[in-house]
Amino acid sequence: MDAEITLRVDGADQPVTVDTRTTVLDALRERLGNTSPKKGCDHGQCGACTVLVDGRRVLSCLMLAVAADGAEVTTAAGLANGDLHPVQRAFIDHDGFQCGYCTPGQICSAVGVLEESDGELSRAEVAERMSGNLCRCGAYPGIVAAVEQAAGEQR
Amino acid sequence: MTGLLEPKAIGTDLRRRDGALKVTGAARYAYEAPVDNAAYAHPVQATIGRGRVTSVDTAAAEALDGVIAVLTHENAERLASTEDAELAVLQSGDVAFRGQVIALVVAETSETARHAADLVTVHYDEQEHDCVLDPDGELYKPDKVNPAFETDTAVGDVAGAMASADVTVEQTYTTAMYHNNPLEPHATTALWQPAGDGGDLTLWDSTQGVHPARSTVAEVFGLAEDQVRVVCPYVGGGFGSKGTPHAHVILAAAAARAVPGRPVKLALTRPQMFALAGYRTPTIQRMQLAANRDGVLSAIAIDVVEQTSRIKEFAEQTGVPTRTMYRAPNRRTTHRLAALDVPVPSWMRAPGECPGMFGPEVAMDELAEALGIDPVELRIRNEPEVDPDTGHPFSSRNLVACLREGAARFGWDERDPRPGVRLRDGWLIGTGVASSVYPVHQMPQSTATIRCEDGRYVVEIGAADLGTGTWTTLAQIAADALAVPVADVQVCIGDTAYPMASVAGGSSGMITWGSAVVEAAHAFREKFGDDPADGDEAEGSVSENPMAERYAMYAFGAQFAEAHVNADTGEIRVPRLLGVFAAGRIVNPRTARSQFQGGMTMGLSMALHETSVMDPRFGHVVNHDLAEYHVATNADVADLQAHWLDEHDDKVNPMGVKGIGEIGIVGTAAAVANAVHHATGVRVRDLPITLDKLLPHLP
Repeated sequence: MDAEITLRVDGADQPVTVDTRTTVLDALRERLGNTSPKKGCDHGQCGACTVLVDGRRVLSCLMLAVAADGAEVTTAAGLANGDLHPVQRAFIDHDGFQCGYCTPGQICSAVGVLEESDGELSRAEVAERMSGNLCRCGAYPGIVAAVEQAAGEQR
Repeated sequence: MTGLLEPKAIGTDLRRRDGALKVTGAARYAYEAPVDNAAYAHPVQATIGRGRVTSVDTAAAEALDGVIAVLTHENAERLASTEDAELAVLQSGDVAFRGQVIALVVAETSETARHAADLVTVHYDEQEHDCVLDPDGELYKPDKVNPAFETDTAVGDVAGAMASADVTVEQTYTTAMYHNNPLEPHATTALWQPAGDGGDLTLWDSTQGVHPARSTVAEVFGLAEDQVRVVCPYVGGGFGSKGTPHAHVILAAAAARAVPGRPVKLALTRPQMFALAGYRTPTIQRMQLAANRDGVLSAIAIDVVEQTSRIKEFAEQTGVPTRTMYRAPNRRTTHRLAALDVPVPSWMRAPGECPGMFGPEVAMDELAEALGIDPVELRIRNEPEVDPDTGHPFSSRNLVACLREGAARFGWDERDPRPGVRLRDGWLIGTGVASSVYPVHQMPQSTATIRCEDGRYVVEIGAADLGTGTWTTLAQIAADALAVPVADVQVCIGDTAYPMASVAGGSSGMITWGSAVVEAAHAFREKFGDDPADGDEAEGSVSENPMAERYAMYAFGAQFAEAHVNADTGEIRVPRLLGVFAAGRIVNPRTARSQFQGGMTMGLSMALHETSVMDPRFGHVVNHDLAEYHVATNADVADLQAHWLDEHDDKVNPMGVKGIGEIGIVGTAAAVANAVHHATGVRVRDLPITLDKLLPHLP
């Protein structure tokens, strides 16, 4: 069964026809051509699909597109508004990635972490809050350093 | 060899050239190939461990709106070559392991393809299967071990040395079945364009080598190589599992040929990857060490038992590093395989060295404890002057320097050797060390071209960047070889449209492709001088290194770990991991550090988390997803440091590089295991070290 919905993706309204089984992730990747969020497991276990939905980080493989009708979806592509987002710059500075496949999800998650926190986060707290985003290349030290740098710039 | 390239760009910590594309998600991976009107393919997998498909009922699937085709062994095209049984997909009804592909649905959408795959009904003639690795079961001796090492080696009399030694260690160690689990699932977008003579196949494939993938696919389909193009600018991790094409690549191509002119996308699901994308065999390692009171080894032996699949052999060279690590007059290494009804094992980061430096390096720790000698010192006392395997001198060997540097950085000198005596706030604390090694591999073939365009230099080679940094580091090598600023070099990789490049495997990428680029640069300068015109182009290829016959070439390292074990719960944390490596010249410290740290993280993960649990009743890995197959998360990694020595080796290649993609994982698990023993006094010889193995023995 198909449904007509509208997602506001990276600032632009995107009317789209989806199967009612279509996830937000597949709607973005296969219907709207936005392949910034990645599919690593399709089970909410790896975090590669993380996007911001109405400002909160969400595993887009676990959210049905029809349930997100009208929502504001921000991908890592949308965070770069002309210039790279400070979190994105920090990831490059600290080499917080290698293969790059988990990276857009890490970036969205990191932006979410900074949004969620009120006050300074310890290194351990950053690592804990970023642990829903797996990185098989093992870029964790760079990821934590990048989040800390972006947090410092935000303050 | 006449000296090394003068390093200017080499050695600088440039940021990744593909950084902006990756942090925005604009870098396109195989499934994201820019094609229109794609169809989607979804495999159907066997649900028995061994037997034959007697019938496939595809009617319900075909009746589903949006289904384009259902391929089975009855209607799929006959492949030109079925020599590689892993790739001979849909050619017969035989089932060799649970999870083997027995049908493929092609549909208008991914949802429909997946739904239809569930509607395919299969009947089987089921046979008894055997998927349990048993060292007392039926074993055989393979002709060679990966890639072409002698299966067994023996010098002297190990039994005699064991009988007459002051101290011996004789223990069996095991490593688990591991799955590579790159974050990007194996994926292929395939397009068959029937126009022209025989047509042309384009594959956007997630692969560690576009040219080797092309050769394989061309052979399987009976196509000329120039009829196949493979494109892969970015790989979402591979760790060996994308080093050779697996069944899904052939399936995607077969699906594309069934719907000519229309691109077909196929991505394995995470659970499917556990049967179809390779894995590391479990290993059983029987170790023997004999030494005198001073810790000088008189014998070292490893007898390895591991598994392969019944349809295709892969013999992991687990015993090979023991041939080179330590001096001992009496030596033996053997490999025996069990051919089982299991998925086909393959390369996983540092095949051979990674599992093969677990048993020996824990055994060395046991020997050190038995002798009352510091484990760093024990290793230094057994340092060989020449390669014990070949008798050749080492082109450079800085294991001892790595051990000393690591010990100093880690604070090893203050270590109290007694195990199980440090309890702080409910946590038992210990430290451990292990050695690392990885050979210098240079592949026989790779070619690069360099062309002048608008005053800049365009380097083309079909190399791969799996996150290893190739986009950036090849530019650094080209810049120094051409003696120009790195900003003047543009690198083009990841496409068979460029000159032939070898697979990114065996840590050989920078060695092999870099050598080709250096040759191309020399040819370019020779031909066109320092003031070339637009369009001037020269080519260069890697050539055999005559030094390789005269010298043993290896990178070495030392890994130090601190383990905390909760005295009540057995929970294990590793707050500190420190590695020091001697791996030749480092091309880019920023990306190199990431590679070393990434390897160490995977080694930590192997030590504490990873194990694929095979269900003997059904023949499949039960924990086949990332919720149950645990890989290290961000919070599992704390103070992780990778350092390296300035190593000058002018015999390995003109860049002086040794390859760094794999050595980081080698020895890490042993260092962690040794630290856990030092913390608790409990010796766990079977990976992973989980709390259930510690709890019964904690005070």
